[in-house]
Amino acid sequence: MLNPETLKEMILILTNTHAGEGALSCDECYEEIDHFAEISLVGMSAAEAMPLVQDHLDKCPDCREEYEALMTALKFMEQEKPTD
Amino acid sequence: MRLKLARGLHYALAGRAPDSLLESLEEDVAQEAVLKILASLDTFRGESQFMTWATKIAVRLAFTELRRKRWQDVSLEGLLKVEEEQDYTPAILADKTPTPEQLAERTIMLEAVEKMIVESLSDRQRQAIMAVLTGGAPMDEVARQLGTNRNALYKLLHDARLRLQKRLAAEGLSPKDLLALFSEK
Repeated sequence: MLNPETLKEMILILTNTHAGEGALSCDECYEEIDHFAEISLVGMSAAEAMPLVQDHLDKCPDCREEYEALMTALKFMEQEKPTD
Repeated sequence: MRLKLARGLHYALAGRAPDSLLESLEEDVAQEAVLKILASLDTFRGESQFMTWATKIAVRLAFTELRRKRWQDVSLEGLLKVEEEQDYTPAILADKTPTPEQLAERTIMLEAVEKMIVESLSDRQRQAIMAVLTGGAPMDEVARQLGTNRNALYKLLHDARLRLQKRLAAEGLSPKDLLALFSEK
């Protein structure tokens, strides 16, 4: 069942797991992710501004994947905006 | 708005699935997203721009659909099986300086941790952790297989990790030591 690679991955995840008060659920992260994305888009540190969201993204591959896709979409849409 | 969302999705999903699948998916999801957005307008809090919020909704819908399609033929048991069938012995042996002692230690440790997983976690927790970690299945999919939802699954995984942490600590095993044992030196 376990192989060295899996074990390594698991240990790494455990290292970053904390009995967090206030750990976000996927839904809660989803609620905030557009705000989080916009902070990143203007070049500020979203991780600092919204650490709980960052924490969830670190641990949740699905939410992280969606966040990255959202950023990609937003960046392109930004480029497509007519310049004044 | 539908067109704008479809275009946004086009960028967001690029390369994540065959083009043929994506084309129809983008259209369908954009349409669905518009409906969802209209239905949820009262939840828009204005903390981000409207199109950002709208794109978020479209992206979530798109991924839910993509994952469902990709994994619909894979069973939970199938996910767990893939892991067993792969031969990882080369990885252990590929190490530059594997002493027989190190090999023995690693084998012992792997078995010990496996035992801890079986003992400390409920069946459900064990299945969930293994499926997400080793099968690489998305949470949506594992949740569906386990008959639950993504939020509950996330909590399940979180609790499972905490239990494992405690157990490792109780056995006097630090994550650092374990990693050191398995890293190539």
